Amino acid sequence: MDVIKTASLTKYYGKSRGIKQINLAVPEGDFFGFIGPNGAGKSTTIRILMGLISSTEGSAEIFGKDVKRHQEEILSKVGYMPSEAVFYRNMKVKDVIRLSAQLRRINCKTEAERLCERLELDTGKKISELSFGNRKKVSIVCALQHKPQLCVFDEPTSGLDPLMQKEFYSILEERNQEGTTVFLSSHILSEVQKYCRHAAVIREGRLLVTDSITNIAHTGAKRITVRGISDMPELSGIRDVSTDRGTISFLYSGDINILLQVLSGLPLTDVSITDPDLEEIFMHYYTGTEND
Amino acid sequence: MVLFMHELRQGRTALLVWTAVIAFLLGICIIIYPSMETQMNEVSGMMANLGGFSEAFGMDKINFGEFKGFFGVECQNVLGLGGAFFASLLGISVLAKEEEKQTAEFLLTHPVSRNSIIFQKLCAVIVQLIILNAAVAVVLAVSVFIIGEHPGGEVALMFFACFLLQTELAVVCFGISAFISRGGFGIGLGTAAVLYFLNIIANLTEDAEFLKYITPFGYAEGAEIIVNGSINIKYLSAGLVFTAAGAAAAFYRYRKKDIC
Repeated sequence: MDVIKTASLTKYYGKSRGIKQINLAVPEGDFFGFIGPNGAGKSTTIRILMGLISSTEGSAEIFGKDVKRHQEEILSKVGYMPSEAVFYRNMKVKDVIRLSAQLRRINCKTEAERLCERLELDTGKKISELSFGNRKKVSIVCALQHKPQLCVFDEPTSGLDPLMQKEFYSILEERNQEGTTVFLSSHILSEVQKYCRHAAVIREGRLLVTDSITNIAHTGAKRITVRGISDMPELSGIRDVSTDRGTISFLYSGDINILLQVLSGLPLTDVSITDPDLEEIFMHYYTGTEND
Repeated sequence: MVLFMHELRQGRTALLVWTAVIAFLLGICIIIYPSMETQMNEVSGMMANLGGFSEAFGMDKINFGEFKGFFGVECQNVLGLGGAFFASLLGISVLAKEEEKQTAEFLLTHPVSRNSIIFQKLCAVIVQLIILNAAVAVVLAVSVFIIGEHPGGEVALMFFACFLLQTELAVVCFGISAFISRGGFGIGLGTAAVLYFLNIIANLTEDAEFLKYITPFGYAEGAEIIVNGSINIKYLSAGLVFTAAGAAAAFYRYRKKDIC
């Protein structure tokens, strides 16, 4: 079953574009990354899913139910972490976490304490005294303490230091192993590549590709790095060339045998052929031909 | 009722300050009354000759020499205007502040329906008004006891009319607040001030008397209540319609509102 499913989801803010014709399907138990640059429409999509804003056209379902009509029921099983972690400034951390649990009409004190401990969050402090990173931690606790079936996280790691990011992802991976579906948006590709199984790339309000991380990363193109020559070999299917102190690096998407034939005739001192990382593929989608 | 309690806790300080200020001013007004009483008879005569000015405040119709007359003008102004400002600020901010302070995203992604949020917030507004008025009523009763006056039902009626005025303003502003995301402060104060002046205009000329249907200061005016011994039911009915419209507008708009 698809936990999240949207069909032709479209949102206009007045006349300006939000998102256009988004068809998204996130299967149960998945660890799904939603990738795109700032302003691409990630947050708009997520806000529609959470019922904060209404779509102009199309449908959005969570657990097979319309997000607007069954909003209350859906939200009781979802943990949402907004990109901006803003709370009532005059409240203490522990009071915010308790308020969140009370609004869900459940008691999850033990889990909340466990999460605070893992994230090294001082619950006695006032929200107004916290840094952005620490407010993010409060947000994480509020999103996870009730053990939701689905986690929806909008840019979760911004503001967290690398150690905390690691801890955060290990918590998410544990939850995912227990069966929780994770859906997170990010523009940091390395983390998506590292943790997510599937991903969708969004740009200028349109979904460019949805596939497994492995397939997205294997677009057929290879990253070739050679040393020992100063001029580019004569090959078709080459792009993204960079030269740096005797090293030439490029993306090659042609026949691999032709590449090897050409390279074997050159006085190379070193060569490496690797899969491009997601960052490079992403740049390809970024600067691709879509231009409306 | 979690949100309702949360709302009361959030508004605690503001409620305390406004209650203290209004109760203090009202208490002072009443305590100084005996020392002014003797002069008040002269003031009454003077007021009656001031023409338009005293008409504007309804002072041509009442006797300053009596406690209820004094209360109708002085105390009504403190309670009416002070309470009106508090009520309108409370009403205008209670929904919009969540968006203005960016806490809406936190609140609205919990499993609480928008209807329930509006309802609980509206209840919190009205309960805060009740708390303020109850506290002020105690101070009023104590002050009146101290100066040894025995005010009749008119004073209680004026006090009650002020509470209705505050409720109407708060709920109308609550309705407006569903349409805005920020900057409610000016609209709140502006609404209270404009309605106050509409009543003054209505007092000045008979042609503008219809304005009393629009402003809650019309039915809450002390002079009218003292003269008629009751709250003007026509103006009050119009006020109830506005109150209902304010609440309906809040539900209608906020249920569908895009929270950005």
